[in-house]
Amino acid sequence: MDLVNIFIKSAFLENMILAYFLGMCSFLAVSKTVKTAVGLGVAVIFVLGITAPINWLVNTYFLKEGALAFISPSLAEVDLTFLQYIVFIAAIASMVQLVEIIVERFFPPLYNALGIFLPLITVNCAILGGSLFMVEREYAFDETVVFGLGSGFGFFLAIVALASIREKLRYSHIPAPLRGLGIAFIVTGLMGLAFMSFAGISL
Amino acid sequence: MNAESSIDNVVAKEPFWSPKNKRLVTDPFSDDNPITIQVLGVCSALAVTTQLKTAFVMALSVMVVLVLSNVIISAIRNTIPSRIRMIVQLVVIAGLVILVDQVLRAFAYDVSRQLSVYIGLIITNCIIMGRLEALAMSSKPSAAMLDGIGNGFGYGVILIIVSFFRELFGAGSLFGYQVVPDALYEMGYENNGIMLTSAAAMFIIGIVIWVQRHKNPKLVDAS
Repeated sequence: MDLVNIFIKSAFLENMILAYFLGMCSFLAVSKTVKTAVGLGVAVIFVLGITAPINWLVNTYFLKEGALAFISPSLAEVDLTFLQYIVFIAAIASMVQLVEIIVERFFPPLYNALGIFLPLITVNCAILGGSLFMVEREYAFDETVVFGLGSGFGFFLAIVALASIREKLRYSHIPAPLRGLGIAFIVTGLMGLAFMSFAGISL
Repeated sequence: MNAESSIDNVVAKEPFWSPKNKRLVTDPFSDDNPITIQVLGVCSALAVTTQLKTAFVMALSVMVVLVLSNVIISAIRNTIPSRIRMIVQLVVIAGLVILVDQVLRAFAYDVSRQLSVYIGLIITNCIIMGRLEALAMSSKPSAAMLDGIGNGFGYGVILIIVSFFRELFGAGSLFGYQVVPDALYEMGYENNGIMLTSAAAMFIIGIVIWVQRHKNPKLVDAS
């Protein structure tokens, strides 16, 4: 498959958030202002762009059936796929911890703005979803790199779009109890419905 | 050492059902609901709520994992180095989730097959790690347990409300039993396909937030 196609497909047609509704928690909670949204978006691109290839290597050389054959032929029948969840999550957790340390050190305002949602990138379904989709679709290594970056970029676009809409919504007449989070849920639902129109397109 | 034990004595005098501890259980139902106020665990709330039955089992499993992981992490909180705390938390959560998965497979095989992926996804349900980060890392096991129960229920309530409407309007049934009479279908009533998409769950949660904040104006977002 063409790499450009994979990038466009993962960023738009199969957008993690608006097509699969993965990674909702941080998406809704951190989209109050465009500034923090950009920060989280960049962090997600970084984490997805790194964890997808790392998990590809782990999966191909350790977990897949017969992957251990390079150590000794007697291990050719070992299938460790049942460890997939835990191993993937452990790789993601260590990457996120790294990102947290970097952000805390170099961008303290962003660190404070993201609050609890920075460590929660670990359990952002979009990140684990990225690794699992990568296995399910049997991407090659270069395709995985592009796929990870593309999905991260899709997340970035979606969260910045929602943040911009929410900044504009402040000036509209919304019933007071629906302001803030309530309308964010409904707007996300509508964006999701709009993204369904991409469903029929195949690249 | 002396100072520590004296603190322990003071804390130990606090009764188990002190007003503060009671609030840990009751708050998540309304004022501090994990989904509608803290925005935790939304993904799973979208994924498992097409049917009441799966929502119910999911809520129960999440509560079990949440209470146990809260207690365990809170008990070992002073021995976890902060730089690797996420990995420690995830190992505990993952272990518990595997346990729940095995129990479900043994005693409720049908439901377990329907939920297969989502049970695995409890690991990445942010409600669990969110509560670990927010409370369990800084409080006693008893408080952490009450917090787990409260948040588990608060999460379950929203799951059940959302799945009630989605199953009723999307499939015309509740808990798998048809409730919309055949006569109505003959008159031209049709199930609403949009209720089965994730977008409908977003709308329903949005409306739940609306109703909740209408009843409790102090939750209204000022901005």
